[in-house]
Amino acid sequence: MTVDTLRLTAEEAAALLERKELSAAELHRAYLDAIAERDGELNAYLRTVEEADGEGVPIAFKDLISTRGVETTAGSKILSGYVPVADATVATRCREAGMSLLGKTNMDEFAMGSSTENSAFGPTRNPWDPECVPGGSSGGSAAAVAAGLAPWALGSDTGGSVKQPASLCGIVGLRPTYGTVSRSGIVAFASSLDQIGPMTKTVRDNALLYRVVAGRDPADTTTVELPQPDELPEREDLNGVRIGVPRELNEAEGIERGVKELTERTIELCRELGAEVGETTLPRSVEYGLACYYLVAPSEASSNLARYDGVRYGLRVPGAGVREMYDRTRDAGFGDEPKRRIMLGTYALSAGYYEAYYGQAQKVRTVIAQEHAAAFRDFDVLVSPTSPTVAFKIGEKAENPLAMYLSDVLTIPSNMAGLPGLSIPSGLSDGLPAGFQLIGPQFAENMLFHVGHALERAIGFDYVPARLA
Amino acid sequence: MAITRDEVLHVARLARLELTDQEVERFTEQLSAILEAVDKVSELDLSDVEPTAHPLDLVNVWADDEPRPSLPVEEALANAPDREGNFFKVPPA
Repeated sequence: MTVDTLRLTAEEAAALLERKELSAAELHRAYLDAIAERDGELNAYLRTVEEADGEGVPIAFKDLISTRGVETTAGSKILSGYVPVADATVATRCREAGMSLLGKTNMDEFAMGSSTENSAFGPTRNPWDPECVPGGSSGGSAAAVAAGLAPWALGSDTGGSVKQPASLCGIVGLRPTYGTVSRSGIVAFASSLDQIGPMTKTVRDNALLYRVVAGRDPADTTTVELPQPDELPEREDLNGVRIGVPRELNEAEGIERGVKELTERTIELCRELGAEVGETTLPRSVEYGLACYYLVAPSEASSNLARYDGVRYGLRVPGAGVREMYDRTRDAGFGDEPKRRIMLGTYALSAGYYEAYYGQAQKVRTVIAQEHAAAFRDFDVLVSPTSPTVAFKIGEKAENPLAMYLSDVLTIPSNMAGLPGLSIPSGLSDGLPAGFQLIGPQFAENMLFHVGHALERAIGFDYVPARLA
Repeated sequence: MAITRDEVLHVARLARLELTDQEVERFTEQLSAILEAVDKVSELDLSDVEPTAHPLDLVNVWADDEPRPSLPVEEALANAPDREGNFFKVPPA
């Protein structure tokens, strides 16, 4: 049978396999054929895997998820040629669930970026408009799912790297509650923020994949067991749900008109579906969130990226002594964005600056968590645009790091508090997808899936990019 | 807050990065702009607020003290840029 990979959801693919209408190997092949046809233009994949090694629905992984025997670079030259000797826990769980690996997807180097232009292996293009970025840093995973090059994928989210590219590519992306998905075997960026998240065409697919990867892992002591089992959403009404609209997240400077209008329509749908909707406030979280993030994340990164020294794996540039070898290896191996963040973090942690920068940022983080906790006393879920803009042109923000950082201004605050966020398409603005995010208290994924599923049905967004349909 | 060229060189030394002259120039400008933006956190008086290092309140996560096989030497050395016997080999310190 012919498989329409552009339209097929992972849930439907599983049903086809279940009814034996096609084999897992045939399904895997159908995606490889789609990749051969469309990925020359998009560059969503850094490498593909020819043979299906499972009996289930195949999957793509962002290239910071360690895969035994399959090169894993985190989008960096410094890890070029690095072949992990063990799988990440999430890779093991997917394999045990029968999923075969389709390949490894492109990303901003070390997950640092919002456009996938920071990859050492060339940018990924947006399936809706190849002149535009797919968002980032999980831009390869987002583009692969949107263009029918994978039924679903895993990405990682530190400041918005699952939610923002999901929004820009018209798909669904979950940043789970911190601690619910193992980071064992993930190339680390900022350890108190990094989370692996499912990127899918539908909310139900997202819940199905979250079920596979979530739960405590003895190899990652920051993980916990889910308080309630993951539920597949069914209901299409929002009766009894209290939805808060944080003023600052919805009226932030820089939110494009089209994005704002689509979010307002989504909020109106919440009311029509029976939810109780009210305004709320996160006064300091949005105003100070970005500054807080750009102190905490680079500080943690400067420590995590110290391991790339040319000794045990990855690139080595020879030098007369070991010190010269370190310095040359790191200068040649890291791109500009990791260098900027390593230096920013080193500076913020250095003697004389620690209290004013890193120490103060950690206190702001407490304020952000407290403000969100206060909002959740009155509401079950908060809603806002995911990204202030739709996909921007490749090169548009490449020379201005600060402008790029603003792409995550709406996703960062809840990330600092360790909260889950689900991004769902709200519609098209000038032919490009826009998205909204649902934010919940810790461990509220089931509520996000329920509200997200009901809204997804009501919105009726067609996730197949118009130019590929 | 602006960062000077000398400070960029100092931080690069701490971070083990050998920067080219062009990089020093570019990063001095870009890091100054970023530091000015993140300096916003200093506007808040948070002297009575506790810092948050981690989003979950986890304490004393124990593991069973059971011996397990560790990574075999050949696998540990599989990605080494250079080796000698069972060791990673580096240039003289």
